[in-house]
Amino acid sequence: MSPDLVIIGAGPAGMTAARIAAEGGLRVVLLDEQDRAGGQIYRNLGAAAGRDWLGPDYARGADLLRGLNHPGITHQPRATVWRVDAARGVIWSRDGESHVTAAPHVLIATGAQERPVPFPGWTLPGVMPAGAAQILMKQSGMVAQDAILAGAGPLLYLVAAQMIAAGSPPKALVETGTDLRHALAKLPRALPAAMTLAKGLGLIRRIHGIPRHHGARDFRAVALAGGRIGFGFTTRKGPQELDCGLLLTHLGVIPQTHLTRSMGLTHDYDVAQQAWRPRLDAWGGSSRRGVRVAGDGGGIGGADAARAQGALAALAILHDAGRLDLDERDRRARPLRRALARALSLRPFLDAAYPVPKAFLAPPDDTIICRCEEVTAGAVREAAACGAHGLRLMRTALRTGMGPCQGRMCEPTVTGLIAQTTGCAPSALGPGRIRTPVKPVTLAEIAALGRQPEETA
Amino acid sequence: MNAASHFRDAPGMAPRSIRMSLDGETLLARPGETVAAALLAQSGDATRRTPVTGAGRTAFCMMGVCFDCLVTIDGRPNVQACMTPARDGMVIRRQIGARRLGDQP
Repeated sequence: MSPDLVIIGAGPAGMTAARIAAEGGLRVVLLDEQDRAGGQIYRNLGAAAGRDWLGPDYARGADLLRGLNHPGITHQPRATVWRVDAARGVIWSRDGESHVTAAPHVLIATGAQERPVPFPGWTLPGVMPAGAAQILMKQSGMVAQDAILAGAGPLLYLVAAQMIAAGSPPKALVETGTDLRHALAKLPRALPAAMTLAKGLGLIRRIHGIPRHHGARDFRAVALAGGRIGFGFTTRKGPQELDCGLLLTHLGVIPQTHLTRSMGLTHDYDVAQQAWRPRLDAWGGSSRRGVRVAGDGGGIGGADAARAQGALAALAILHDAGRLDLDERDRRARPLRRALARALSLRPFLDAAYPVPKAFLAPPDDTIICRCEEVTAGAVREAAACGAHGLRLMRTALRTGMGPCQGRMCEPTVTGLIAQTTGCAPSALGPGRIRTPVKPVTLAEIAALGRQPEETA
Repeated sequence: MNAASHFRDAPGMAPRSIRMSLDGETLLARPGETVAAALLAQSGDATRRTPVTGAGRTAFCMMGVCFDCLVTIDGRPNVQACMTPARDGMVIRRQIGARRLGDQP
């Protein structure tokens, strides 16, 4: 029996929407890449009992996992969606075999990825995103040791606090510098999220005692003997040299838009978050009828915002499906909109407090910016100066974005470098064209699907 | 090479009871964890060499985005170790350079 709704992504937005839609009488298929539901924020929560050191916010996802226990919800784990076809539905892969699930309604809740933090040496084994270290804590109970945290943003403080609670404190916290003067002007608007702010301050208090460096720039990592990392940077006090087993970097997260872009949905450039996001209405509706987006994949708002957006999208879908009248939809939406506004009130402050330093959008010439094809920033600058003024021209010239990650790790940097060289605004340079399959699948797998998906892009 | 792991197990974690092999040597994993986590728990070394310059890489993003954790598992090349749950008996090989069509099982 074909479902009424396909949800892509089992994080807070997708799980919330699945439960509400199923309770409203819809048959829901929930596709998710991971082995267990939860998304990155609640990753492995169902099997991480006893890990109190991960903190109370992690445990808050438990109700969402319980909510998936509903006869109307079919959760398909380890399902990698590689195409959403206007005519045929959602095409996904598991263990080398592809499947098609068609439904009149599609909700895309693919969440965020970490913003790439490129600098010379970031490709060395021993350098990782801080979020990756957090995934290892959640999924494997593995804690980084002899580690330095570097970059900016609340996640750095959270990972530091979790490492301390697990008995493996970081050696140092190296911050790129917070523009607090600019951020303070946004603080009054963040007051509805005072609880979240207080939690953040509590986190910063808990990392008391960890050596901290502020205003750090000119990151550089080199391989030392025994697989250790030498980490150089500059502060107002001059050049600094530290060494560590693991260098964990972070500069915030950006929406995962490969799927929504591959579908040709309208996207806008979010200047504050320095990333592309699909254009959505108040119910998560995209520029294509029947396709909605909720959660961080539609713009970074965090887990609480994702819950509210998932619920709003589910109500709209129930209404579209004739299961919920307009008054009831709007009545149930009112508290959700308040919760959403409260959750989002913090973003302008965070965006202002933890801006992405320009040097990471346009890093030094000797930085590998495309990890797959090993293209340097210098090569991109040279190509841009020679006329490669767009993402597609750069792709043709240097293969940036043509490796297996399909530009996920380099596009923000390629955009930043072209913008710097040509003087164009990033918003004028994209969004880059994304083609399906948005995750690599073999030709054999596509052939075995029995029908060739048509290319509409 | 032979870099020690940069991770340690948090107190109270279950032992690594799943037995796999990495280039002929034993690789242990805990139930529920990914091949990439098992690789990082074992060593800080590179788990592949890039096709372009031969540079060493290992698992990076841990969430299926970056493809730096590609390994060959049970003869199947270019598998994302961070997206693959560890299972008993898995035969894992580091990838040195690009895979060729002839390498396919």
